[in-house]
Order: sequence, then structure tokens, then C-alpha cells
Amino acid sequence: MIEAIGVSKTFKSTQALRDISLKVEKGDVYGIIGMSGAGKSTLIRCLSRLIPPSAGKILFQGTDIGSLSGQALRHFHMKTGMIFQHFNLLSSRTVLGNVAYPLEIANIPKEKQESRVKELLHFVGLDSKIDCYPNALSGGEKQRVGIARALANHPEVLFSDESTSALDPKTTQEILDLLKTLNKKLGLTIVLITHDMEVIKKICNKTAVIEGGRIVEEGQVARIFGDPQHPTTQRFIQSSAHEIPLEFIQAPSPNRKLLRLRFKGKAAAEPVISQIVKKFHVEANILLGWIDHLQTVSIGTLVIDLTGSPEGIEAALRFLTEHNVHCEAIEYAS
Amino acid sequence: MHPNLDLALQLLPLQLGNTLYMVFASACFGLILGLPLGLILVLTGKGRLKQNLLIYKTLETIVNIGRSFPFAILMVALIPVTRWIVGTSLGTTASIIPLSLAAAPFLARLVEANLSEVDTHLIEAGIVMGSNVRQIISKILLPEALPSLISSVTLTLVNLVGYSAMAGLVGGGGLGQVAIQYGYNRFNTPIMIATVALLIILVQCIQWTGNAVVYTLLKKRGKL
Repeated sequence: MIEAIGVSKTFKSTQALRDISLKVEKGDVYGIIGMSGAGKSTLIRCLSRLIPPSAGKILFQGTDIGSLSGQALRHFHMKTGMIFQHFNLLSSRTVLGNVAYPLEIANIPKEKQESRVKELLHFVGLDSKIDCYPNALSGGEKQRVGIARALANHPEVLFSDESTSALDPKTTQEILDLLKTLNKKLGLTIVLITHDMEVIKKICNKTAVIEGGRIVEEGQVARIFGDPQHPTTQRFIQSSAHEIPLEFIQAPSPNRKLLRLRFKGKAAAEPVISQIVKKFHVEANILLGWIDHLQTVSIGTLVIDLTGSPEGIEAALRFLTEHNVHCEAIEYAS
Repeated sequence: MHPNLDLALQLLPLQLGNTLYMVFASACFGLILGLPLGLILVLTGKGRLKQNLLIYKTLETIVNIGRSFPFAILMVALIPVTRWIVGTSLGTTASIIPLSLAAAPFLARLVEANLSEVDTHLIEAGIVMGSNVRQIISKILLPEALPSLISSVTLTLVNLVGYSAMAGLVGGGGLGQVAIQYGYNRFNTPIMIATVALLIILVQCIQWTGNAVVYTLLKKRGKL
């Protein structure tokens, strides 16, 4: 559907994107996650062709859209939809007028516009607000109008630029559910950027972690969650995890290790904790445990405090790794 | 009847009409010139949709020159132009030329300021929905800035009332001329006071109407 090949973007002297390659298939919910300043905003602006890339190709259904301009570019824009962090609704138009905007641009006859707008508003659950002005709506309602507007011309792909970052947790959940429904019911391909791992967890099937303008890790969400390779990815996953109470974090010693264990699929079926306790004469104190439900798989996490002889701990770690449990030591510091 | 009252009834309605004619006609011409000028400034400025610094700098210089002329000087300087267009440099219709040319750069600057206040994210949203420049101007920039544009037009109208009184100094007609001829040259204080009072009421009415329209628009859009 959309593929970036070696995309770079330079603003004057700063290089915002370096050699980005990624592939979004039809039906994907592709989440790009990064801290502020990582380049994710620039990336989605390039993919949606708000700005042209400095180098590289962006293929949309096989054609390079990186260098389009004028009529051809507008034609591409009509086949895509975009929603924004701050909704970007026109305050001079009612909800009806806002959702009808892309239809006007596409020269849809007036009488067809209204029926399409009603259909869209019904879909996002805002039938009663058709004659309201955006300023009279709540954040969640504004984003629903934004989504209805983005869907007006039956887009092939929806770009979402931090679309839930300005919303409270409950509304975020509602909007994410709506996006998920769009993906499932209409088969809509979604490319989103976010700084929030929860968003990736809840609706994405694929993700790319971006840092310093580069993609540092990319793949299926289930894979990345179960076995994060890059430190940035690990940090993102931790940031979405539960806090470990400080009083449980004790001074470092060779006889003690604080571990985060991740179980995916079959690993969860085996009683590995009691096995290491028996086999290696270590003691395992379970501090925290939870399950993350991803799109395709559930991942269990345990935080344990392992005490015993250094050799015993070493052997226990090896045993866990052999049994497909992802182990990560938690630093005592801080 | 008191001779002053008689004079006032004879003069003031006629000259009020002349003032209104000058003010509104020159505001119209000023808008016809100033609105596109302001639009071009907004579109060609740095980091704008159709950035073209050569056009921007040129127009900006013209606007600045136009605005730095004191109105009295502009009026005199434009006499040949006015003669060429209207056929005479005297009278109400002739005053419309310098008044329009004073209003145009003033409005252009205000329009530029009003339109640059429209959130650039809205323009981006317009672009990703496939709008061309014409649609961005007519469907986003102008409607979004409409309340502040109306405020700017109100401000210009009030300024033009003042300028039109100045035009009266050199035979431009209107209430300004009454104030000069009767109030200043003939020491007819009651007529002068009546004229000034009329000008105050006129300015109040313009301002009040402008404010009311802006208020209604903002209220409708839920911004108040």
C-alpha cells in the first residue's frame, strides 16, 4: 500500500529523517512511535505528502508520490485521509460543513454531499451534532468529526498524527476503538504516529520505533513486545508498564537480581519459576505481574526479585532464556 | 426660525450624505485594492504557501511607502492623477481617489495581519484534503478570518471619516468642509459644534455596527 525506500528529509542544516525504509501493507494498522524530536512528525508529513522528502522514494500503490506536485498531488491527497492532534476543524463551518469540505473539493453534487455527511456522522456516532459549530464540541467529538471528514472520500489509507494525544484516557480509548472498527469493518489501512506505547499496544499490528531520524526497530507488535532488541524500544515498553514500588528495590549485590521476565505463547504454559527455585536453589519473590493483550497475542510479564548464589542466579537466567522467556535485568539505581 | 438652525438643516444633511458617499465609496475601492494586496502578501511571505520573496518585498515596500504619506500630502501629490481620472481635483468624487489610495495600503496591512493569524494547521488540513490555492483562500483563509477582517474594515471606515474631513480642507466637500467654512472661517461656533457632534455620532454608529456584526459572528461560531 505505502512503502518508503531510503527516505531522508533535511531542513536547512538539520537532518530530520535518515534513510527511512518501511512497508505498510493493505489492512495494516502501522504505528510509528518515538519521543518528541525523534522525527516521527516529519515522517508522517512526508508519507502523507504534506512535505516532499529530500531523498528516497515513497511508493503508493506502486507509484512514486515523492515528487508529485499540482493536480497529481491533489489527486493523491483525495485518496488519503488525515486526522490531527488538534483536530484542525474549520471554526467558520458547522459539523456538516466541515465533513462536507472534502466532498466539495472532489466536486460531489450538493444533494449527494448531505446524504454522505449524514451517513458518516451516523458511523462516528454524532448524528445529533450536525448543525453545531466545532467550538461547541468536546475534544472527543471534535476528533470524531475529524475522522468523519477524513473518511468522506473513501480513502485508501488514513494518516493519524498524534490523534489521541490531546484527549483524556477515556476519550482516547473511544477514539482508538473507533479506529480499530474502521480497520476491521472497512479494511482501512491506518498509519499513525504516537509517543504512547498504549496506542501501539491497543490497535497496531506493526510498529516502527524511530529515534534520531532513524528507524531503530521495526516489525510485528507481538514480536517487538515479546523480545524488544533496541534500548529505546525497551524504554517505551517499560514506560507503558507498571511502576515497581521503590521500597522493593534494594541495594545491589552479587546475590540479588531484579528481573523483568516476559512470557509469550508456549512459555507461559511451563512452571519455569518453580523449576528454577528447585533446580538452582534460588529464591524468587514475585513483585509484580500482568498481562498485555496485543492484537494477535497476549504477553505476560513478571517482575521478580531473585536471590541466591551468583552461580545459581547465572544458571537460572540461562535456564529461563532456554525456555523462551525474555529476561531483562532492572537497574537498582534511581 | 433661528438662522443657524435654518443653515444647519440646509447644510448638514447634504454634507453628511457627501461624507458617507466619500467614506463608503473609498472604502469599497480601498478594499478592492487592499484585499488582494493583503492576500498576495500573506501567500508570498516567508514560509507561506506560495513563498516568493521578490514579490513580497516589492509589494511590502509599495505598501510601506503608501502608508508613510501623511494624508494631506498624499492628497496634494495625487492632484494630477485625480484630474486625469475624474477630470477635476475638486469636489466629493475627486476626493475618493486619494481616500481610496490611502485606505488601500492600510487595509492591505490589516488583511495581511488578519490572514496570517489563521492557524497554519488549518491550511495544512486543507492541503491534505486536496484543496488548491484558490480553495484554500476562499474556503479556509477568508471565512476563518472573517470576524477580524470585519473589524479591520470598521477601523478603516473610522479612519476614512477623519481623512474625509481633511479632504474638506481643500474643497473636497462633506462635513469637514462645513466645519472649515462656517466654523473656522466665519466663527460660527454652533454650526461647528453641530458638525463635530455629527462626526462623533457617525463614527460611533460605524464602530457600533462593526462590533455588532463581529459579535454576532463570533457568537454563532461558539467563540464567545
